[in-house]
Amino acid sequence: MSMKPSFTRDIAHLPTHAFSHRALTWWGLLGFMIIEGVAFAMAIAAYFFLMSHEQEWAPRPTLPPDLLAGTLFTIVILLSEIPNAMIKKATESYDVEGVRKLLPWMVGIGVLLFVIRAFEFNSLNVLWYENAYGSIIWALLFLHTAHLATDWGDTVVLWRLMKTPHGHEPRRLVDTDENALYWRFVWLSWLPIYALIYWVPRFFR
Amino acid sequence: MMSASEKAKAPPTNVPRDGPKLTGARLDQMLTATWRTPPGFVGWLASVDHKEIGRRYIVTALVFLALAGALAIAIRLQLSRPDNDLIGAARYNEIFTMHGTTMMFLFAVPVMQGVQIYLTPLMIGTRAMAFPRLNAFSYWTYLAGGSLLWVAFVLNIGPDVGWFAYPPLSGPQYGIGKRADIWAQMVTFTEIAALAAAVSLVATILKQRAPGMTLARMPLFAWATLVTSLMVIFSMPSVALASGMLLSDRLVGTHFFNPVERGDALLWQHLFWFFGHPEVYIIFLPATGFISEIVATFSRRSIVLYPLVVLALVATGILAFGLWVHHMFTTGLPRVGYSFYTAASIAVSVPTGIQIFCWIATMWEGRPQLKVPMLYVIGFFFTFVIGGLTGVMIAAVPLDLQLHDTYFIVAHFHYVLIGGAVFPLLGAITYWFPKVTGRMMSEALGKVAFWMIFLGFQLAFFPMHIAGINGMPRRVYTYPAGLGLELPNLLSSIGSLVVATAVLLFIVNMVKSLLAGKAAGADPWNAPTLEWATHSPPKAYNFPHIPVVDSRTPMWDAGETLGVVHGLRVEDRELLLTSVVAAEPDVREPSGMPTVWPFITTIAVTVMFVCSIFSPWAVVFGAVPATIALIAWFWPKAPLPEPEPTIS
Repeated sequence: MSMKPSFTRDIAHLPTHAFSHRALTWWGLLGFMIIEGVAFAMAIAAYFFLMSHEQEWAPRPTLPPDLLAGTLFTIVILLSEIPNAMIKKATESYDVEGVRKLLPWMVGIGVLLFVIRAFEFNSLNVLWYENAYGSIIWALLFLHTAHLATDWGDTVVLWRLMKTPHGHEPRRLVDTDENALYWRFVWLSWLPIYALIYWVPRFFR
Repeated sequence: MMSASEKAKAPPTNVPRDGPKLTGARLDQMLTATWRTPPGFVGWLASVDHKEIGRRYIVTALVFLALAGALAIAIRLQLSRPDNDLIGAARYNEIFTMHGTTMMFLFAVPVMQGVQIYLTPLMIGTRAMAFPRLNAFSYWTYLAGGSLLWVAFVLNIGPDVGWFAYPPLSGPQYGIGKRADIWAQMVTFTEIAALAAAVSLVATILKQRAPGMTLARMPLFAWATLVTSLMVIFSMPSVALASGMLLSDRLVGTHFFNPVERGDALLWQHLFWFFGHPEVYIIFLPATGFISEIVATFSRRSIVLYPLVVLALVATGILAFGLWVHHMFTTGLPRVGYSFYTAASIAVSVPTGIQIFCWIATMWEGRPQLKVPMLYVIGFFFTFVIGGLTGVMIAAVPLDLQLHDTYFIVAHFHYVLIGGAVFPLLGAITYWFPKVTGRMMSEALGKVAFWMIFLGFQLAFFPMHIAGINGMPRRVYTYPAGLGLELPNLLSSIGSLVVATAVLLFIVNMVKSLLAGKAAGADPWNAPTLEWATHSPPKAYNFPHIPVVDSRTPMWDAGETLGVVHGLRVEDRELLLTSVVAAEPDVREPSGMPTVWPFITTIAVTVMFVCSIFSPWAVVFGAVPATIALIAWFWPKAPLPEPEPTIS
């Protein structure tokens, strides 16, 4: 430094990790959630733009998607918030053993959701190349599946990582806490998409 | 083993920290060992130093500027006389597409982000960017996207569909071959790069400001960076989604933009311009940040009505999202749409006007020194105001319907983009060159280059207004004689050669000054902001001690000594996090070490993206190596970090 320093305050006592908005990574995560949220919002805007050109939605003779798989997916992903909230609570109370026990549950729930999602793709009653309606329905489901895969991958990595001695490092608990926050984004963003894929094509026929 | 909660509250142990007992040469030695980039080629690939990444961004963007500039000269040579056959119609399509695409995606946004990446941590008094590895990934991804576009051009498969690639021209029916796919995938690369950099910048600005640097004391450049980065975050997903839809229309037969199967080509225009219009301000607002800093320094006083300038920045950032439809006036809109978007387009000139009046008032109230950076600011005032006024003209629908897709529009956007962003950028390069290199640029050469660029620019672009009013459309490779287009085109071509010569002179000045310029010292301009408190060029660790700020002009108010806090670890990379609004010290967090994984991840992602031009399965199979690279990137490298001491 070109100027002589005058020491005003010692900051050595400050903690070396923090949860929520006090952590740097929380802000990074927030940034990426906004980015992905805007992408969803634009895809939804495209959905309504294409819908505005149609007399009926889903356009005949296309049938609206079957409800079973999508509704089952919605129920499971909503219920997944229970173990997710428990993980969040465990991380914030430094309960490493609790986190280690709960993470495999989230991995398993993810696998179950992937299986149901496969049935969902099979129950749309339209293929992506049939018309613009099919394209946007598939796009919404594909976009959400990409988010599902991202968080599931992160959960698997954290599950393995937390089993190692690194699990006792508080910053890894912060990582796990933020992964749980991201999962909330994944299921919250699903709710409007569920309505757009399964219910709006029923209401506008 | 201690539990995590016990560890978090562990008693202090004796680790070296900066402070009264550890300062000066010994501290420099220790911090340099901790923060330096590893030597050798692998070390170069692994660098996460924001200054190196910022420099790479700027240099790469300037190379793309030179390439796009060479294409501009080719365009002007072709148009210098009527019925010219220097360049054929098809090649001309490629050339103007490459020129626009390179300028917008590979020069204008990246060069601004490069400067922001270099300067922001220095200006707000921290040691590194928030996510240094993400930042490195951002640069490599940008380089990969730019290389894809230019390698394709050299291989004669460059895009030829214009920089905004409207379907159906870019769709599967008319955009034959892979030219449009290359364009769309280049967009994916550059948007990922810009978004990654924007997230890093926002987190850095909100959480790493020096203690005491409240939001109300933040330098205006940092404000401009914050607003711009938020605009990137809110606008760029739209074009990334659109380019993904275009690729899938072309590759797997979706019908988003195909009216035959109930899609709509106008959907592309909405999604593109929802990004494309904010893009203009993403390029312009960083330039306003440059101007605020330059005007304050060379007027010897702080910016008049600082809160109003901040509000104007924020207002511009918000209004920019309500204007996109003015690019689509000729597509047919409801009456209320015409009225709304005309009103919004005129309204955005108000906050920009407020900023200009504040800068002029600052110069009026201060003691302005007409050094080269200030000349560029004055050149900006003159040129940008003309571009702004023609913008207000074409916000009116009846006139726009006449002038749309003519050279009048070409003149307008070059006045606002070159006048509004490139002039301030050249001023900014001159202003911060001593900080980056430790040497001053030649004032005499700088003045010659400025006047040539300024006058050459007017000669090149003012006649385009006339050509446009006379009816010359954009994107035609030639024009017939006898329509009154010969003289404006010839003048434009002469002007473009003057500008090219001047830019060359600017670069000669940079190289000459880098090799043998006058030594600068830490603060050659006697400037007010924190980046001038540290060495020129700055050390790897930026500041030996984290400064404390109690005004908007800390260097002018500091006196003989600079207040600092102390107690950060020096043998590990550690940052001080502060609270978002008041910048109160809050947490000490570690910062990422150099690693080659961001580079390797970029390679994996590049393979995936390039292959996905040819097969949709590349997205599935290509995701595997990309995921492996990401896991390797995130997995903690040390066996287990040693217990972190805190003093309770």
